[in-house]
Amino acid sequence: MAFGPFLLLALMEGLVTAAVLALAASGLALVFGVMRVVNVAHGEFFMLGAVIAWFVASLIPGPAWMAFAAALVVAPLAVAALAALADALVLKRLNYDPEATIVATIGLLYMLQQAALTVYGPDARPVAAPFDLRLQLPWFGYSGYKLFVIAAAAVVLAGIWALMTHTRAGLVMRATQVDRDVARAFGIDVDRVYMGTFALGAGLAALAGVLIVPITQAHYLMGGDPLLLSFIVVIIGGLGSLRGTLVAALVIGLSDGVISMFFSPTLAKILATLLVALVLVFRPQGLFGTRT
Amino acid sequence: MLEVRALTAGYGPVTVLRGVDFDARAGEVTCLMGRNGAGKTTLLKAIMGLVETAEGTIRLSGIDLHDLPAHRRPGHGLAWVPQGRRLFGPLTVAENLEVGGLLHGHRREVREHVLTLFPRLRERLAQPAATLSGGEQQMLAIGRALCLEPKVLLLDEPTEGLQPSMIALIRDAVLRLKAEGVAVVLVEQRVDAVLKMADRVAFMAHGRVEEMVEARKLEHGARQFLDYVGV
Repeated sequence: MAFGPFLLLALMEGLVTAAVLALAASGLALVFGVMRVVNVAHGEFFMLGAVIAWFVASLIPGPAWMAFAAALVVAPLAVAALAALADALVLKRLNYDPEATIVATIGLLYMLQQAALTVYGPDARPVAAPFDLRLQLPWFGYSGYKLFVIAAAAVVLAGIWALMTHTRAGLVMRATQVDRDVARAFGIDVDRVYMGTFALGAGLAALAGVLIVPITQAHYLMGGDPLLLSFIVVIIGGLGSLRGTLVAALVIGLSDGVISMFFSPTLAKILATLLVALVLVFRPQGLFGTRT
Repeated sequence: MLEVRALTAGYGPVTVLRGVDFDARAGEVTCLMGRNGAGKTTLLKAIMGLVETAEGTIRLSGIDLHDLPAHRRPGHGLAWVPQGRRLFGPLTVAENLEVGGLLHGHRREVREHVLTLFPRLRERLAQPAATLSGGEQQMLAIGRALCLEPKVLLLDEPTEGLQPSMIALIRDAVLRLKAEGVAVVLVEQRVDAVLKMADRVAFMAHGRVEEMVEARKLEHGARQFLDYVGV
């Protein structure tokens, strides 16, 4: 295959990575932005999304699209409910202290991982794609499902943007993000906002996990890479900045696609972490973050 | 209207308020004066539920607020303009006012009332609050609090760092609120501002209200100003 089509293929693969990453990282960015909590267990919510999708797919008979559609609804809701419980039982009791919650979410990471190993097992298991459509280009054929992943992520992210900028819930979250004490003084129940934000962030990670599982298979250790890449994206974009997160996800996703295809996936990760180091040295607030 | 009795409060192991007795009446401006560390700001925060209180009672129109969480207190008619304004900086002026009106469904006539009181805010509605001048930010901080339609308005050093024309504007707004029947509690360090606005002055020292004096009985150089503020 000539260089041009090869590059196009790399960019399309990169867009799929960027779409899934943008979903997962926007959840992490929301949680950090609004709650100032660095959620180390975020990757496990991604993993749970994929694992629950496998359970739902195995339990629901009939066509693959029906099981997948059910997983798209059930997995994010179940994971969001679990995150809300973790918030009430752990984070709230720590008064959302930034240092204490890092340690607590490390504990949560291992609990969720080991629970998945116990219940789901050590094997990687596939979930069938909801449809088997192939886009035939002049140079190569491309999975229609992967294009669906890009479109679905774009729709959800547009919804999150609309939620944050055009709804009362978004206004309340943004006010709480700026000053939680003053938000309380205007009648905002900050504990409820935090619980909702943590659940929403986890739900977004789980949704990303469901979308990726027909491509990569579900495995109890699959949360590590998304966690690392989400942190890379959130730091480059600017901690707590949704716009920065989306731009950084595109940069990291596309470069990951291109470098992985032309060189190696390991080099892509090395360059991404190098970029984080450079951002931390020269622009610690990230590309779109503000100095505090 | 607002009654604080034997209030003890502080930050963790540090006790700041030591048995404060204080009250504010409808249609009156009550000033809190005292040196730095006397407990003025902490008293306002304790009334708002933002500081842990150990003992004492806080009653508003007969309702005990002491055990209510902070977010349930504004619904009973309390509003707070914090020291340093603490606006939601990245949010626009309109959005700051919207947050102020969340509890009452963001009523249009309340917002109009605020924009009539501070017409300059009307020109700045789409502007992020952080980009306003100091005086405009103070107008917005007060306007945002008024969107709560408060019975009691707690103002923490609203004229701090403002130019004289802005101070006059803020003073006029406070006097108008007083005329509308709002109980205004004002932390203020400037004697001339206190003498122009206050009906009563509570002098604080060592975490207690040591003296409560009718403002008309005070004048520049009065003993209380020397004893409690050092001017």
